[in-house]
Amino acid sequence: MPPMLLFEQALNGFQFGVMLFLMAAGLTLVFGVMGLINLAHGSLYMIGAFFAAYVAGLTGSFILALGASLAAAAAAGAIIEVTVLRRLYDRDHLDQVLATFALILILSEGTRWVFGSFPLYLDLPDYLDGVAVLPGGLEYPIYRLVIIAIGLIMAGGLFLLIARTRLGIQIRAGENDREMIAALGVDITRLYTIVFAIGAALAGLAGALVGSIQSVQVGMGEPVLILAFVVIVIGGIGSIKGAMIGAILVGMTDTLGRFLLPIAMSSVMDASQAASVGSALASMSIYILMAVVLAIRPTGLYGNR
Amino acid sequence: MNREGILNAVLASSLVLVPLWASLSGEIFAITLATKIAILALAGVGLNIALGQGGLVSLGHAVFFGLGGYAMGVLASHAQDFVPLLEWPFALDGTKSMPVIWITAILASSLAALVIGIISLRTSGVYFIMITLAFGQMFYYFTISWPAYGGEDGLPIYIRNSFPGLNTLVPLQFHFICLALLFAALVFSARLKTSPFGLALNAARQNGERVAASGIRPFDVRLWAFVISGAITGLAGALFADLNRFVSPVMFSWQTSGEIIIFVILGGVGRLFGPVAGAMLFIILEHFLGDFSEYWQIFLGLLLLAVILYSPGGIIGILAGREKSHV
Repeated sequence: MPPMLLFEQALNGFQFGVMLFLMAAGLTLVFGVMGLINLAHGSLYMIGAFFAAYVAGLTGSFILALGASLAAAAAAGAIIEVTVLRRLYDRDHLDQVLATFALILILSEGTRWVFGSFPLYLDLPDYLDGVAVLPGGLEYPIYRLVIIAIGLIMAGGLFLLIARTRLGIQIRAGENDREMIAALGVDITRLYTIVFAIGAALAGLAGALVGSIQSVQVGMGEPVLILAFVVIVIGGIGSIKGAMIGAILVGMTDTLGRFLLPIAMSSVMDASQAASVGSALASMSIYILMAVVLAIRPTGLYGNR
Repeated sequence: MNREGILNAVLASSLVLVPLWASLSGEIFAITLATKIAILALAGVGLNIALGQGGLVSLGHAVFFGLGGYAMGVLASHAQDFVPLLEWPFALDGTKSMPVIWITAILASSLAALVIGIISLRTSGVYFIMITLAFGQMFYYFTISWPAYGGEDGLPIYIRNSFPGLNTLVPLQFHFICLALLFAALVFSARLKTSPFGLALNAARQNGERVAASGIRPFDVRLWAFVISGAITGLAGALFADLNRFVSPVMFSWQTSGEIIIFVILGGVGRLFGPVAGAMLFIILEHFLGDFSEYWQIFLGLLLLAVILYSPGGIIGILAGREKSHV
């Protein structure tokens, strides 16, 4: 196996991990601050992708499309927070799961109704549609490098926002004691809406970025949502740092597992059987990773609840 | 009889009488709908033991439903292709016999519930929800990528499996097999609730520490409840596969888990007949709203949202009033 191929797959895994972080960050923030488990986070990812594809088709500008994904997902997030989710903060998890499941049904079918059942395609502009030569001679798609860069910039921005700004102080205080910061005069209702909109915008951006690699279709959000759940369970619910580490772990394990396991299996059985056994094992690898992490630390790597 | 008792009697008798009427008037499709209601209600009765009695919000019951389905699919496909299931260490053939398939489905889903339970019951609350969901996805992707039994395309079974003494190809007879199993599960569930085990389970839901202080390990009680719950849902999966004569990875999908929860919640959590009322409403809505609009799930979502926000007791809560307290 050439080392270049392994390096390329590792980069793919890292890129996948960065995307998962954008999804997982919103989920873990919303859970940490509001105590809400939000299954409809995948729908925000989908909404971001659809609006990006729509705006790209209308204007031809990829930058505007990314901006549209951020704005549309943030707006959709704020609307569902104000109309529905706000009523669920002091309900038990079962009600939250069910209500957000109901939102998925409404948002998915609503999107199908507006945009139709056929997948949309988000084409890359020429300046992103090439390969870059990395040190060592590896040719790697520019677009995937851009995804990694945007993801890391967003992650850095989020860390700064939480660690350095007034809003970040309020968010951290809200995680610790929401009655106290409400008593200190912070408008907690507005804070919750802002936190939710930030998480939604990150999910929408991830949807638009991934939508340009794959197709944009109804139901694209839920598989990613469940991976994001795995990420935050591994990282520890409520921890942004845990979400980052969990996301990279899951992205790497999944991508490298799909690449390496069939190769490893072919040393003990014939090639066609090895391919199917290897891919079946690879599809389970991240869940096995999760089970192992939980067996050692039931609250995840950085969880303290 | 109180209002909930009357409502339960109405629900139960409608599952007996409507198919009888349908059979006499030749409305075969109505029998199939009733059978589907009975089977999905059975899956809900299983989940309700974990969810309603034990307070365990499992978003992964599709695992058991799917394992039941594949128990039927694997056994029946070997029987229909005349390929032995095992040649070594001993010869074992597939089967078309329902009772054998049911036992296999129950064993397979109990075993899966035991393993998943041991791992996921170490956690609670939102972790438990997410982990059960993740295990569901694990089985889903595994069946998609494992090509031996149809992979993503699923596995058709050409002729419905047989039950000694009955002709399962007659829709009414198959319906009554499913209905008998549903009633048996309801009786079992009602008896479980008032048994010492059920009381311990209910207590563990309300306050695990107190249960532990009185000398019962809440983990064990929850684990067995989870296993029983998974076994019943697995049996429902085997029947569902027999109804459709088809199994596919969709049975393992997280939407299936969500739908089984919907039956329980729409009907009323913890109510004995909650899953029956919920499954009935779901299938009726699917059938009639599905004719009315391709996008019927929007209405299902709105209804579900309304029930959760404004009527946490579900349909039975609306029709029969608050559950009387046991204290």
